[in-house]
Amino acid sequence: MARAIPQRRRWLLTVVAWAVGLVIFFPILWTVLTSFKSEGEAIASPPHFLFFHWTLENYAEVQQRSNYLLHVTNSVVISLGSTVIALVIGVPAAWAAAFAPARRTKDLLMWMLSTKMMPPVGVLVPIYLLFRDWGLLDTVTGLTALMMLVNLPIVVWMLYTYFREIPADILEAARMDGAPLFSEIVHVLAPMALPGIASTMLLNIILAWNEAFWTLNLTAANAAPLSAFIASYSSPEGLFWAKRSAASTMAIAPILILGWFSQRQLVRGLTFGAVK
Amino acid sequence: MLAPSVAMLVLWMAVPLAMTLYFSFIHYNLLTPGPKSFSGFSNYYFFLTDLAFATALVNTLIIVGGTLLITVSGGIALALLLDQPVFGQGIVRILVISPFFVLPTVAALVWKNMLMNPVYGVFAQIARGLGFAPLDWFARVPLLSVTIIVAWEWLPFATLILLTALQSLSEEQKEAAEMDGAKWPSYFLHIVLPHLARAITVVILIETIFLLSVFAEILVTTNGGPGVATTNIAFLVYAQALLQFDVGGASAGGIIAVILANIVAVFLMRMIGRNLEA
Repeated sequence: MARAIPQRRRWLLTVVAWAVGLVIFFPILWTVLTSFKSEGEAIASPPHFLFFHWTLENYAEVQQRSNYLLHVTNSVVISLGSTVIALVIGVPAAWAAAFAPARRTKDLLMWMLSTKMMPPVGVLVPIYLLFRDWGLLDTVTGLTALMMLVNLPIVVWMLYTYFREIPADILEAARMDGAPLFSEIVHVLAPMALPGIASTMLLNIILAWNEAFWTLNLTAANAAPLSAFIASYSSPEGLFWAKRSAASTMAIAPILILGWFSQRQLVRGLTFGAVK
Repeated sequence: MLAPSVAMLVLWMAVPLAMTLYFSFIHYNLLTPGPKSFSGFSNYYFFLTDLAFATALVNTLIIVGGTLLITVSGGIALALLLDQPVFGQGIVRILVISPFFVLPTVAALVWKNMLMNPVYGVFAQIARGLGFAPLDWFARVPLLSVTIIVAWEWLPFATLILLTALQSLSEEQKEAAEMDGAKWPSYFLHIVLPHLARAITVVILIETIFLLSVFAEILVTTNGGPGVATTNIAFLVYAQALLQFDVGGASAGGIIAVILANIVAVFLMRMIGRNLEA
């Protein structure tokens, strides 16, 4: 960053970068702005950009008209629940793969990864039929279990790439110093492993929250998380733009903010460590 | 300690996949009860010779190819731009990567109604303001419209990965190139692009895996139509299974989708595997 850049060039680049950034961000900005308009103003022509009568009525109405809280709860339970369960299963697996690799470990890891490359339609029919027969259609339990399985390979892999960076020597040094197993875990392992676990957790909450294939196919009124709920809100023409914008804004805001904090983790998690 | 994960994934993947394979060889429609009989390859025959399949295959390739074209070229340009020392760099970066975190169903509806609507949409308003006739996006160019939405969602992914790769290009190299008076195009061609080659490959492969399965954006905006104009393979299998209840036919389609994805996956796995050695 120490390069000397002529001020004029820097300002020019700044203007271009901001213009491009705002164009890409515009659909989101427009949704947020529309959520504060009345339905009439939402379809005004020409559109009002900032100078309209700001109102919160849409947010109140979304709550009243639909069981919005139920869908928020579903989203939270499914994304958090599936992530936590995946971590409970994935941490020991990644730990073993990183610190006690056996002859077949690498093959197993690659095989796990390959399950992630399976297009979901390849198993749509049996999963749908099994869910129907087991009474899991449109249940939060069923979807949480499914999301856990969908994201488990990413969890194991991401943890593995983090754990691999913990030097094994340190563990041995702690053991040589006569540290008991418990304090080895608490004082040596945990501090080094926690950042990786936290990153993994963050990325997987985002992925589970935004998943839209299984949620659309396996849920209806009861278990629909926000991704499926918003889809059901697709009244065709201009009538409910403001209300849907309010619902959409609430649905994307928490994940957008989480996402801003997880840029690095995103790269690592989604490329399976191939780009850091 | 790997055992629980492996066991669960075997149950989750191998069992349903085996069931799909089995279903694909029997006559099985949820609407016609009765014994399910062995059907040989007839499900595959009917799926593959259905006119909708050819269209869906082409549509799938167009969605994947179009999105890759936009996101990779756009991603390189954006990465180069974001690597420059501009004022408010962090905020611009946040603006650019935000679409990735938007729920696919929200993205699809926002684009369809608020941007591409031929009467009230922002694009139509701009077109009218400039004196052009507004374009009825989903009626006239439905596949392009879907592709644009998907590309908007994936552009941040490409940008972020390419930017990460670009930032590992050392400052010395950048400075050396400037001091040599190297002209920008040759600097880009001979230093930047080769440096990004690996990241570009990763972007292409990973996006392809996900883009072969684009579904929510189609369901929410066009429902595969008009006709089958925006039906891709994933959507065709869904329609066969959950709208026509043809378990056998949908399973055959599912197996074909798996085969298509595997062709890409083999290349991706090889790259990641090679990285494990390093």
